[in-house]
Amino acid sequence: MSTREGTAVSLDARVGLALGTLDLEVEMTVGTGELVVLLGPNGAGKTTLLRALAGLVALDRGRVVLDGVVLEDAEAGEHVPTERRPIGFVFQDYLLFPHLSALENVAFGLRARGLPRAEARRRSAAWLDRVGLAGQAGSRPRALSGGQAQRVALARAMVSDPRLLLLDEPLAALDAASRTEVRRELRRHLASFDGTRLLVTHDPLEAIALADRLVILEDGRITQTGTAQEVSSRPRSRYAAELVGVNLFRGRAADGAIRLAGGAALVAAGDHRGEVFAAVHPHAVALHRRAPEGTPRNVWAGTAEALEVVGDRVRVRVTGPVPIVAEVTPAAAAELRLADGGPVWASVKATEVTVYPA
Amino acid sequence: MPRSRIRSAVPLLALGLLAAGCGNGEPAGGSAGSSDEIKVFAAASLTGAFTELGGRYTAANDGTKVTFNFAGSQALATQIRQDAPADVFASADTGNMDKVKDLVGTPQSFAGNLLQIVVEQGNPRDVNGLEDLARGDLKVVLAAEEVPAGKYARQVLDKAGVTVAPVSLEDNVKAVVSKVALGEADAGIVYVTDVTGGGDKVEAVDIPDDHNVSATYPIAVVRTSRSQLKAQAFTDLVRSAEGRRVLERFGFLPPPTA
Amino acid sequence: MTGPARRRQAGGRSRVPGLLLVPAGLAVGFLAIPLVGLLGRTPWADLPAALTAPQVREALRLSLVCSLGAVAVSVLVGVPLAFVLARVEFPGRNLVRALTTLPMVLPPVVGGVALLLAFGRRGLAGQWLERAFGISLPFTTTGAILAEAFVAMPFLVITTEAGLRAMDRRFEDAAATLGAGRWTTVRRVTLPMIAPSLGAGVALCWARALGEFGATITFAGNLPGVTQTMPLAVYLALETDLEAAIALSLVLLAISLAVLVALRDRWFPTA
Repeated sequence: MSTREGTAVSLDARVGLALGTLDLEVEMTVGTGELVVLLGPNGAGKTTLLRALAGLVALDRGRVVLDGVVLEDAEAGEHVPTERRPIGFVFQDYLLFPHLSALENVAFGLRARGLPRAEARRRSAAWLDRVGLAGQAGSRPRALSGGQAQRVALARAMVSDPRLLLLDEPLAALDAASRTEVRRELRRHLASFDGTRLLVTHDPLEAIALADRLVILEDGRITQTGTAQEVSSRPRSRYAAELVGVNLFRGRAADGAIRLAGGAALVAAGDHRGEVFAAVHPHAVALHRRAPEGTPRNVWAGTAEALEVVGDRVRVRVTGPVPIVAEVTPAAAAELRLADGGPVWASVKATEVTVYPA
Repeated sequence: MPRSRIRSAVPLLALGLLAAGCGNGEPAGGSAGSSDEIKVFAAASLTGAFTELGGRYTAANDGTKVTFNFAGSQALATQIRQDAPADVFASADTGNMDKVKDLVGTPQSFAGNLLQIVVEQGNPRDVNGLEDLARGDLKVVLAAEEVPAGKYARQVLDKAGVTVAPVSLEDNVKAVVSKVALGEADAGIVYVTDVTGGGDKVEAVDIPDDHNVSATYPIAVVRTSRSQLKAQAFTDLVRSAEGRRVLERFGFLPPPTA
Repeated sequence: MTGPARRRQAGGRSRVPGLLLVPAGLAVGFLAIPLVGLLGRTPWADLPAALTAPQVREALRLSLVCSLGAVAVSVLVGVPLAFVLARVEFPGRNLVRALTTLPMVLPPVVGGVALLLAFGRRGLAGQWLERAFGISLPFTTTGAILAEAFVAMPFLVITTEAGLRAMDRRFEDAAATLGAGRWTTVRRVTLPMIAPSLGAGVALCWARALGEFGATITFAGNLPGVTQTMPLAVYLALETDLEAAIALSLVLLAISLAVLVALRDRWFPTA
């Protein structure tokens, strides 16, 4: 259900808590060596979930077990304090200690856990070398660039060999130009790490580039989990659908039609029953100014509202009984004078509707 | 608009400053020069007696108020040298009066005082004389040497041949009394009048006459006073039979002769 | 405003309205003129003799001992108090904070009287101290240190608490994720990060302790070599020997100035 077949479970978490306006209720597992990406809109609770797993926020309900060790059990009243959890945390703005050099920052965790100074410095220097910052060992954080600081933060979190590595939007603080390069680096470093990794982001590109498995969190609830491939071919939430860029509908299938909330119906190929999702790619939606004749089984009237140029296509938002986004060529958009808005007819072939159980 | 408001505020500000400046148009000793008030600088030991005399003065001189500044005589002398506004100066010794002799009229002695040992009510530490003050277990407080009471106390101790290690040197004699009254110090050497003035928290232990020192209190009108007549009237009251009776009631002696 | 004046204003680099310079100038004058007056009346020729007099050296030594002692006391108990006030939510926290600032608004002599009533021989706690340990605080150097600590500690507590509140507490979270226990975090992360506020607090505390007079003379008394610190020596000298008083004042001024100049970079942290 959550982990891939055959992978041992490393992190087993059931988290229930309320914080401010957020109500978080999540159940998830992460396999040994798996890199799970938590994806979702702002305010979904991703950072809170990470902080809860780290022990920085107490659970109201639930249980967190890492590699067989109970880190927290709200009902039994158990709570292992953060400093005793075998975790590493990379914060969104790195939080490198400004009064310590890069080397001292990396060595901090080792020294805190009792390693003698010389040994700690040696291991830290090795890690800095590994992330390509051997020359910056003596620099203060304020002298480092964004990408460099990120690497120091990563080294600092990983140097103590944590069982669980938590990364909170590790690329968010970088400008667009450095992001691609750093993402590549990050992927390389994360790949060489054999513990469990849980990374939070709101950037779908990052998610797809890094994830073994995606977990989509919306409004405190998990709405979908699966590989990037699974999520994009079968999105199960508005957010996922918008990520992938398809139109998503949900309804009850019976007698060859899918009845949507609000009364309209979609006709799809194939025999389906019960609660289903129906996905329609925008480029499968044809627009007309007059009611079309011919084969499409799905035809309805609507109003052309917003227009958006995406690459060499034009996306048109059509409102009405079946709100849908259509993608047409600029030529078609000009010919239909879609820029003027007004009533249009949308049609979709039954074969272009992908249906899967809800 | 803000700018015009600021512009109109500036002349008002200037006017205010001018008005404040005008207040300094009077000469030094200005506020003391106003016709219904005189300022008397008097030694701390005179607090009780002079306050009462001040009341009588006001009653007899159609409401002229008397404002007092009681402090150690050495402090008052320095203040007068710094042109502090005073009309009358009454010191606890001739030494401090001498310091300002060019600034005052002819000083006249008006009272005398003897010294006593002051202890807490009930004499809990069993102090019976000057020799006891040298005991190691006693906390003795004296006035600082610059203060007349302190100077006299040292003279008394010298005469008796007693060495005392005080725990504190206060800058006026009333502070010595209060330390003993509070129970912080066991004993001190103060004027006879201070013991009476200390109320029921303290009591006295006599100093034998051959060890005692007699303090002379001179009084004088300050030359720069703007109310010479009224100041003179006050000193006359102090030196009159009525004044002497009040002083006696507070424990003062008549001025020592010569 | 006419043409040239307007241009001048627009061309200036700061956005401070010109009219503010007037009261600002008055403030500078108000603070500087007394100091200039002091320097002007200093008997420069007699200064070396006045300064090496044994009573002056004694007073100076005592001042340094007592003020540094007061700072030590303030740091030992005041910094933990600042931590508790800044980080722990407990009922009555506002009352405790008000209590901490009380010595700052209390007239120092009143503070001295309060200390007597608390720690004097007949005092609330003083009685017990004397009976149980034979410790008597008035008239002792320790008493002077306590009097100075009483008035100076609030400065340290307030400044340190402000620094703690201003600090980004997620750094402490980061330290925890790296395995640092609470004490290690305080030692290696929190304290170094609030060092500028702490430094400024210590400087203020020390300066206040050095200048304390009212509470000291009321509670600890005045005895050369034991409790007569510089401010007391100046006050008494004022009554008899003005030149000596000025010389002593100058010494106090020079020391305070030296410390403030040395610490000026810490005054405004360059974070």
